[in-house]
Amino acid sequence: MQYFQQAAFVLIAAFAIWLFSKNILQIRRNILLGREEDLTDNPRARWKQVLLLAFGQKKMFRNPLVAVLHFVVYAGFIIINLEVMEIALDGILGTHRLFSNFMGGAYAVFINFFEILAVLVTAFCAIFLLRRNVVKVKRLAQAELNGWPKSDANYILITEIILMCLFLTMNAADRALQLQVPQYGHYKDVGAFLISGPLSESFKNLSPATLAGIERSCWWLHIIGIFAFLNYLPYSKHLHILFAFPNAYYARLFPKGEIKNMPRVQDEVKYMMQPELAPTGEQPVVKFGAKDVPDLSWKSLLDAYSCTECGRCTAACPANLTGKLLSPRKIMMATRDRAEEIGRNLNAGKEAGADGKSLLHDYITAEELRACTTCNACVEECPVSINPLDIIIELRRSLIMEESNAPAEWNAMFGNIENNFAPWKLSPDDRDKWATEMES
Amino acid sequence: MHVPTMAEMAMKGEEPEILFWVGCAGSFDQRAQKITKAFVTILNHIGIRFAILGKEEMCNGDPARRAGNEFLFQMMAYQNIQILNGYNIKKMVTTCPHCFNIFKNEYPKLGGNYEIVHHATFLQELIDQGKVKIEGGGAFKGKRITFHDSCYLGRANGIYEAPRAVLEALDSELVEMKRCGSKGMCCGAGGAQMFKEEEKGTNRINFERSDEAISTGATIIASSCPYCNTMLTDGVKNREKENEVAVLDIAEIIAASIKKTPDHES
Repeated sequence: MQYFQQAAFVLIAAFAIWLFSKNILQIRRNILLGREEDLTDNPRARWKQVLLLAFGQKKMFRNPLVAVLHFVVYAGFIIINLEVMEIALDGILGTHRLFSNFMGGAYAVFINFFEILAVLVTAFCAIFLLRRNVVKVKRLAQAELNGWPKSDANYILITEIILMCLFLTMNAADRALQLQVPQYGHYKDVGAFLISGPLSESFKNLSPATLAGIERSCWWLHIIGIFAFLNYLPYSKHLHILFAFPNAYYARLFPKGEIKNMPRVQDEVKYMMQPELAPTGEQPVVKFGAKDVPDLSWKSLLDAYSCTECGRCTAACPANLTGKLLSPRKIMMATRDRAEEIGRNLNAGKEAGADGKSLLHDYITAEELRACTTCNACVEECPVSINPLDIIIELRRSLIMEESNAPAEWNAMFGNIENNFAPWKLSPDDRDKWATEMES
Repeated sequence: MHVPTMAEMAMKGEEPEILFWVGCAGSFDQRAQKITKAFVTILNHIGIRFAILGKEEMCNGDPARRAGNEFLFQMMAYQNIQILNGYNIKKMVTTCPHCFNIFKNEYPKLGGNYEIVHHATFLQELIDQGKVKIEGGGAFKGKRITFHDSCYLGRANGIYEAPRAVLEALDSELVEMKRCGSKGMCCGAGGAQMFKEEEKGTNRINFERSDEAISTGATIIASSCPYCNTMLTDGVKNREKENEVAVLDIAEIIAASIKKTPDHES
């Protein structure tokens, strides 16, 4: 029986890890469909961003209360993984509470700490559920989240609560068993823990066999739950728990105000002004801006997969606040959806764009793009270093330079800049009229 | 008061200490011209040798680039860099955050390397160095002022303190809007929005922002961008508050508060 359990555990673990790796590699392939962009300069500054923004969650603290709740859930997640290590080793080796053998008194401190975290994580996840479904905080209840995104968020929170309850029930049944029988099977007396100790009171009338059954069931459900959760991540907005780290590393190091240069257009203009410099022979045709996901920088695609749809960007977007169609969060969600769709095309052995669809128009409309004031509020707010503006600018470039698709007023403005060297239809001779007015 | 151009200076074989990049709004927009004139008054007051490009200045291409028209942007950048490099320009000051941003962050990659200062930083330095002294608390003594952050000065380039430091030199009451600093709300003009109607929505961005500014009870909304100024002025007019609330640039506020010292008057 014991060997059967060990074998089952190893098989389940191996399958879970294999499936997860397969899906993550597929996401990696999708991200690398994007245009090349070298983001490996200045590793010092990049590691600093990982420490501050990803580990330290610096941006979250723009709203301190929510930040503390989130930090506890996050810390709980990271730290409880140490306990998962023990559980996994027990599973492989057929042991029980392996760490208690060599940790001595420290083991109780170790488990007590996890139990406190488990209670806090449960409570805070419950608060998060209330914020989403009862209080309906605006950014968490906007229409773009209807359907799957909303369920996704609830599934994650409910799963976390279930996992924490399983962990506590497991310890409580274990403790009740220890109190009834000094040495039942591999269960040994490790003392009462802070939360499961009192909880075990309610189990005292159960038989040792039932208690062992409860403990084993919780143990298995807990670890299977964790493996299931791991494999849920690639399909979920919750992927941010992993991708926030690389996304902070590769985030831009230059000022937000800078729009990326287009060296190809720079050269074209130079050759127009100084034809003697122009290269001879056929030049390869290039696309200007981005029409579809593969035209975006790979970092924009990593951004899309890192987005947890919290909506801090949209809540700060002046266009969205005044009822325009634009929502930076929706830009990110659309980009991920399209990247996934292209991934499915590739999996089916088809070309990336074989479906005749594109990110521009089919997922993101010109009306949304035109509402952007490039104010960088969305970029500033994002806790995981996502830059929706990079995508908006690339799509705008495609609209204007590939499709000549601009509102009439913008075309007039372009014409004025070209002919009068100012965005208005005013004579360049009047540019210094104000100065002559000052003469008198 | 004569405003010298680079062409005049070059003819005399002179070089300015600093070039004042006026920008399109500052040159052509009637409201923004007042900001330009106020800033020139300050430049004259401190006695710095400055020049403008005059008719040789051109749009630097910001609205074109942000709308998505990279070709037009590159054409304007090419021409401006030719002129600026031709005059061997090293240092510039501008009253427009959009011009500031583009010279600071985007022209260097195209071969246009200049030290560019936004007038908020420039004015702060003048006050710190004692070159500009505020007269007895100035015309704004006791007035309640709220400062509206321009996106291209604030979030885009991280300059939040300089314009506030300038206003703190006055003996007035500085109040903040709820959305200020890095959380400041856009006036609605950036990203070439200035040059077209807003998309369909429930409110105008500048109305929403102006309402927030008015709700502080301030009688002066200070800005450091000619476009923000236009947008907020329209928003104040929308509430018919133009007689109670003035939208002013920090350059106008300082120009009106300067202690006149005869030796600097020209």
